[in-house]
Amino acid sequence: MAIVFQKPKALTDAPLHYCPGCTHGIIHRLVAEAIDELGIEGKTVGVAPVGCAVMAYDYFACDMVEAAHGRAPAVATGLKRALPENIVFTYQGDGDLASIGMAETVHAATRGENITIIFVNNAIYGMTGGQMAPTSLPGQVTQTSPYGRDTATAGFPIRVSEMLATLDGPQYIERVAVNNVKNVNKAKKAIKKAFQNQVEGKGFSLIEVVSSCPTNWGMTPSKALQWVEEKMIPYYPLGVYKDRSAEKEGK
Amino acid sequence: MAKVTFNSDLCKGCGLCVDACPKKLIVLSKDKLNAKGHSPAEITDQEKCIACAFCATMCPDCVITVEK
Repeated sequence: MAIVFQKPKALTDAPLHYCPGCTHGIIHRLVAEAIDELGIEGKTVGVAPVGCAVMAYDYFACDMVEAAHGRAPAVATGLKRALPENIVFTYQGDGDLASIGMAETVHAATRGENITIIFVNNAIYGMTGGQMAPTSLPGQVTQTSPYGRDTATAGFPIRVSEMLATLDGPQYIERVAVNNVKNVNKAKKAIKKAFQNQVEGKGFSLIEVVSSCPTNWGMTPSKALQWVEEKMIPYYPLGVYKDRSAEKEGK
Repeated sequence: MAKVTFNSDLCKGCGLCVDACPKKLIVLSKDKLNAKGHSPAEITDQEKCIACAFCATMCPDCVITVEK
């Protein structure tokens, strides 16, 4: 019997601590599959964030570094410059990347650092208990916006992919989702390309993954994925926002 | 013949595999609890499985191995 699907080797055997139905597990697996398929586990260094994925260093079999909140792109910059032969990626949530770490993210992007960023956007602060994030949707009920996010006082959500795509530095920016099998397969392709770009020395790649948070959204895992489809994707449209190699070929 | 195996002790009973199965072959166990106290997913009719691996693709916890 041939194996059609099994756990990738770049994930350890540690059971994931995430809530039931949290799509962090799927995204971890996609990153690990990309590492396996490119055969780069021995030279890959991951940078773990602060947030739900803070213990990502237990789950990836490659070397891992824990960064202070939001500073993963800065830590990754240092690692990549000191060890240019290694493959460096960061794995960050929206509270980490789009809030406290926005400066580090934008500047790493505009410098065009040759790193890979996996940005998990679930529109809420998960680990701290469901507070409003920079990416929470207008009207979204959270612990700190019990009447829904009021854009008059709390402003509007930040579309990170679109914003970074206006810069000249980044090589590749794409937004994907993991709400169904088709989108998971597309996300896998995008994440692999982001790592491939770094192997080829092309520069900064960021994949934004629209994700779910059943616990803090107060939904069942399956309802949460429907909410991603109905509410998140219309506000955060999927697609490639920047691809310099395609631009060169005149596509 | 396709074969699906569940590493039940890792399962959190989220049910994403139940939704993903195009043949509707997966259910959350009604009479079993795993080590974590969740009702683990299990396959009802192994014979009808087409090894599409949709269940494993949506599983956040790498519980499922699919063979063909």
